[in-house]
Amino acid sequence: MTALDERTGTDPSSGTGWTPVCPLERLQPERGVCALVAGEPVAVFRTHDDRLFALHNVDPFSHASVLSRGIVGDLGGTPVVASPLYKQHFALETGRALEDSGVGVATYPVRVVNGTVEVGSP
Amino acid sequence: MKTVVVVGHGMVGHRFVESLRRLDPDGTWRVVVLAEENRPAYDRVALSSYVGDASAEDLTLDGHDPRVELHLDEPVTAVDPVARTVRTGKGRDVAYDELVLATGSVPFVPPVPGRDLEHVFVYRTLDDLDGLRAAAQRAVSTAGAGRRAGVVVGGGLLGLEAANALRRLGLSPHVVEMAPRLMPVQVDEGGGALLQRLVSDLGLRVHTGVSTSSIARDHRGGLTVTLSDGTELDASVVVFSAGIRPADALARAAGLEVGERGGVLVDDRCRTSAEHVWAIGEVAAVRGRTYGLVAPGYAMAEVVAERLTGGDGRFTEADLSTKLKLLGVDVASFGDAHAATPGALEVTLDDPVAGTYAKLVVSDDARTLLGGVLVGDASDYDTLRGFLGAELPGDPMSLIAPAGGEAVGFEALPDAAQICSCNAVTKGALVEAISSGEATTVPQLKACTRAGTTCGSCVPTLAKVLASCGVEVSTALCEHFTRSRAELYEIIRVTGSTTFSEIVAQYGTGRGCDVCKPAVASMLATLAGGHVLDGESATLQDTNDHFLANMQRNGTYSVVPRLPGGEVTPDGLIAIGEVARDFGLYTKITGGQRIDLFGARVDDLPAIWRRLVDAGFESGHAYGKSLRTVKSCVGTDWCRYGVQDSVGLAVALELRYRGLRSPHKLKSGVSGCARECAEARSKDFGVIATETGWNLYLGGNGGFTPRHAELIASDLDTTTLVRTIDRFLMFYVRTADRLQRTAPWIESLEGGIDHLRAVIMDDSLGICAALDEQMAAHVAGYADEWAAVLDDPEKLARFTSFVNAPGVPDPTIEFVDHLGRRVPAGMKDGQPTDLAALGLGGVPITDGARIPMGAPA
Repeated sequence: MTALDERTGTDPSSGTGWTPVCPLERLQPERGVCALVAGEPVAVFRTHDDRLFALHNVDPFSHASVLSRGIVGDLGGTPVVASPLYKQHFALETGRALEDSGVGVATYPVRVVNGTVEVGSP
Repeated sequence: MKTVVVVGHGMVGHRFVESLRRLDPDGTWRVVVLAEENRPAYDRVALSSYVGDASAEDLTLDGHDPRVELHLDEPVTAVDPVARTVRTGKGRDVAYDELVLATGSVPFVPPVPGRDLEHVFVYRTLDDLDGLRAAAQRAVSTAGAGRRAGVVVGGGLLGLEAANALRRLGLSPHVVEMAPRLMPVQVDEGGGALLQRLVSDLGLRVHTGVSTSSIARDHRGGLTVTLSDGTELDASVVVFSAGIRPADALARAAGLEVGERGGVLVDDRCRTSAEHVWAIGEVAAVRGRTYGLVAPGYAMAEVVAERLTGGDGRFTEADLSTKLKLLGVDVASFGDAHAATPGALEVTLDDPVAGTYAKLVVSDDARTLLGGVLVGDASDYDTLRGFLGAELPGDPMSLIAPAGGEAVGFEALPDAAQICSCNAVTKGALVEAISSGEATTVPQLKACTRAGTTCGSCVPTLAKVLASCGVEVSTALCEHFTRSRAELYEIIRVTGSTTFSEIVAQYGTGRGCDVCKPAVASMLATLAGGHVLDGESATLQDTNDHFLANMQRNGTYSVVPRLPGGEVTPDGLIAIGEVARDFGLYTKITGGQRIDLFGARVDDLPAIWRRLVDAGFESGHAYGKSLRTVKSCVGTDWCRYGVQDSVGLAVALELRYRGLRSPHKLKSGVSGCARECAEARSKDFGVIATETGWNLYLGGNGGFTPRHAELIASDLDTTTLVRTIDRFLMFYVRTADRLQRTAPWIESLEGGIDHLRAVIMDDSLGICAALDEQMAAHVAGYADEWAAVLDDPEKLARFTSFVNAPGVPDPTIEFVDHLGRRVPAGMKDGQPTDLAALGLGGVPITDGARIPMGAPA
């Protein structure tokens, strides 16, 4: 994993390291991108009100690494992403599936430093 | 805790367990089910669909309750009513406080010589159908579809179902019925005569008034069936469906009283002669009478479940009404269909031209409906049955005369009228569920009353009940828009809005979702044009439209270049082959005459398309709710039968409508003669050549509910044909619901295909000029979506594995070699696919046809 960590700039010695992902303007509102964070695929989303969210990219229902390619919107006021495979909805704030609260994905902290989006450890 | 042991897990046993669990929410009963078959209860009513599209899983009755101990493959072999134990096939003794026998029935096989031969079947279980299917497939694979016959012994309801199954399996079916007509229990002579004519037109050969004398093996390994009139039939399979007998052997051995004609004798509480032993379903003889339908069985299950939970249910008179569609022919029978009531009068309407027969049986004063028979058209069945035993609102003849059903409003039905006979749900119960607010939609009504959950034939009536209670079925697109798709389309058309943000802010709430965003994106594509990945549009697209490819189960994509009309040059084939080889893609020919390339990583898509575009290909829109394919036969170019240039027309139509975004996918086909090799009638719009022009068919589809397209006009010249299709498509795009294909859309139009014809051919709404103009704009505005992406660095940037590590391949994607096929790692559950191990498919595919599957070069 060292090679990957070097490439993504994560500091493996620190559990709270931040991985730079992309410039903020690369994130189109209400669409996601996939980033590699400490060897894990992470979906990063920007909502219409410019909030940022990061979820593990692997859809627990299909086991495919696809959540970043889902449609972003809201259901009952909760911001969600819909899995592009079987369309379950995951709350961007908690990673919980709306259809089955026993299922969810890990969430990651996100921040913007000097115009660059960074993802932290889960 | 007390224990109830249920013997048998058929539909009735399953229903009993379900009802008991519902009436005993605290779980005071321990439930043990001992089942003979090796699979949990399934829908035997829909058994025939198992030879079609349905899998065993589809037929499985839902919701196994984990609190129920279900033991499959463990039949009960003995009952000791004194010790209150049962002995199972696995040698276990299980003690009970109450015992429920739900062993069902066994097929009756008359003592015909040869009935034990191989390829002689009964029609009862999924295993029976598996055997039948295997034998039929062997026969068809050696002789071809329709060239081998199958004989069904018994021309009742089940016999005709079996004949339909044989037909679906590619055999040509004969039906042998001892009575002078088909379905003698349900229909009368007149109805039987029409039924025989209609099913004969569909290719069934019917032999009535004869019995089967013998079955013998012929020298070629087939079967010869000899009938009592000396007729000899050559057949590959024989199916017995000559009735059923209660499976009462277990009860007899235990000393329980049985009915004169078999069946465990029970009273109207379903109690047998032994204490603490009950019998329900086809094995039970209620006061001596057995029932071979599921509805009375369900009623018995409810009675016993109520009894065990302190209730006082009783089995009252059973409704033996039947309505079914056999080989596409409606047959219904209800109440006193044979006019057995003293003084009963019969009112008959026999229309051999329309192919319909209707008979009502009424009381001697012609005021009360006692029963009836409908053949050819049973659309009035639910309404008529609702009047059983009630006073008729008018002259009986007016009820069955053409358009008679409309004369009788649903509102006129009495509350006691049974709408769902499978689950004994009355109009009153439905109205109550609606007025109490429990149900406001058809699915809710089904969930809270169970109406329409067994055979489903009353589901259309449920919508009418809702409407009669003043509940409008919501057409809201989703929680963000209260308007329907058609209403939003009009808004966007009139206001000229071009962005989702604007539309949701003004006409909706919230930020949208995966339902409304792609729907609005599709409407904007048609009305405003532009590339689907331009600006905000990109955020609205489903992943398939977003990446212009079809996502597969492991997150990779499949790629389909357009081959207009299914045409491809040798150089084109080579180019596609080289791309597949160089990117390690699995290739397969689709049903729409395309080549599908599977397993493309998202970051490889631009390079794949660069090569395809350079070789002269363009997007095939297999990913879009848009025109997919126009399939064609070779027509006059090559075929000795062709009468028009089907390839030329197919190419022209495909190039005209390519890229048109629509409520659902669109498929088309063009056949060069009436032999219909392009299967145009299974398409949304299908064209079949005639000597003088083209016939146009609209509203066909394959898929979950296959439909044949209907003829809208004949012998059209090419200009009129194209103009008619233009208007059909634009009218569909304008007014259909989201994800509504053309067949249900046409059905939803008041007046159906006739209304459609008036709108697009006679301009009854005065909108044709606008439709024509819109299509002209579409044709002029078309541009290849993939070529546009390749020229735009901003759009290309989306096609990356990781935004911060673009060169790193997604490590979660893995492929394995599965019997020579490159497939995603991690097999899906399903039937074993190592067919060679089953003694099937041992012959490898010709080496020349197999592309070696290496890693991407």
